[in-house]
Amino acid sequence: MPAGSTYTPIATTTLGSAATITFSSIPSTYTDLVIVLNGNGSRVAGTDDTGLRLNSDSGSNYSETLLQGNGTSASSSRASGVNVMFQNTNFRIGGTTGARSTIIYQFMNYANTTTYKTVIARSNVSDFNVTATVGLWRSTAAINTIYLYNFTSANFTSGTTATLYGIASA
Amino acid sequence: MSPILGILASGNYPRVTNSYESIATVTVGAGGSAAAEFTSIPNTYKHLQIRILARSNRAVTTDNIKLGVGNGTIDTGANYAYHNLYGNGTSAAASGGSSETSGYLDSISGSSIGASIFGVIVIDFLDYANTNKYKTVRSLGGYDSNGGGFISLTSNLWMSTSAINRIKLTCRGTAFDQYSHFALYGIKG
Repeated sequence: MPAGSTYTPIATTTLGSAATITFSSIPSTYTDLVIVLNGNGSRVAGTDDTGLRLNSDSGSNYSETLLQGNGTSASSSRASGVNVMFQNTNFRIGGTTGARSTIIYQFMNYANTTTYKTVIARSNVSDFNVTATVGLWRSTAAINTIYLYNFTSANFTSGTTATLYGIASA
Repeated sequence: MSPILGILASGNYPRVTNSYESIATVTVGAGGSAAAEFTSIPNTYKHLQIRILARSNRAVTTDNIKLGVGNGTIDTGANYAYHNLYGNGTSAAASGGSSETSGYLDSISGSSIGASIFGVIVIDFLDYANTNKYKTVRSLGGYDSNGGGFISLTSNLWMSTSAINRIKLTCRGTAFDQYSHFALYGIKG
């Protein structure tokens, strides 16, 4: 079997403070993309809602199915026909009084022009919940731009990091 | 929605080498395929990962993949166990099995869902070549169909101390649809 090294960092950012993180001009040469986001929102207490858009599509072309555990119970919810992926009230990052939380997004076969795009993600907020979620972008276009948003308090805090990786298959 | 302030990430980094390697890929062509199989997997890595984009040709909304592993040949004995936690958009539930003849993986879409919708799964085979322990496999996967779907976390146990050098993923329907894609990676430790 042929073997080749892969899992390449494409871009990374450490924020001063920003409402949006943008990865643009993403090359189509990989098979999957992974984003690791570690940080907080600027809300002093509580947690912030995050979400993402692809290729500047702000139409109602996103949907998701989510599973979460909050330390007391497990539950599942869904959003359909929305204009942001993963803007689920249970899919969050921590506020400034909590520990830094991590979200890992996996964009599978992002550059193919045959299928709709499916994204899976996990989020962990130590004082709120843990989630696993799957999202759908109803477009066959290759993903070339990813926007990550903080919807609740306007900003990701200073020191929040986001790294985009490309994974190539043989 | 317009961002108040945006930060554009950019930068080029040296290619990471010799730690996460692509071993082999199966892409399903026209006519479909009943299974995707990886053979002669080298024992030179610490862990394996398979990344899947798949759809079943069975006339259901949700289908599953059977997992078979082995050394030389796929083990079809009652040597597998699994636990699964899933959400269907309405409620969370769990399932499990012991002394099974195959492992159980997360949900993918079936042919009753729109043709452009595929499920995805990321599977980790931890310490796959170690001959002192049973093998643990964990996965995250699911699909969304804009009004339906499943998301799940699954763990599987293969009750054998043999190194894994063969993996077979079988569709519970007749076949995986064209454009399904299975990529095997090795992770060095």
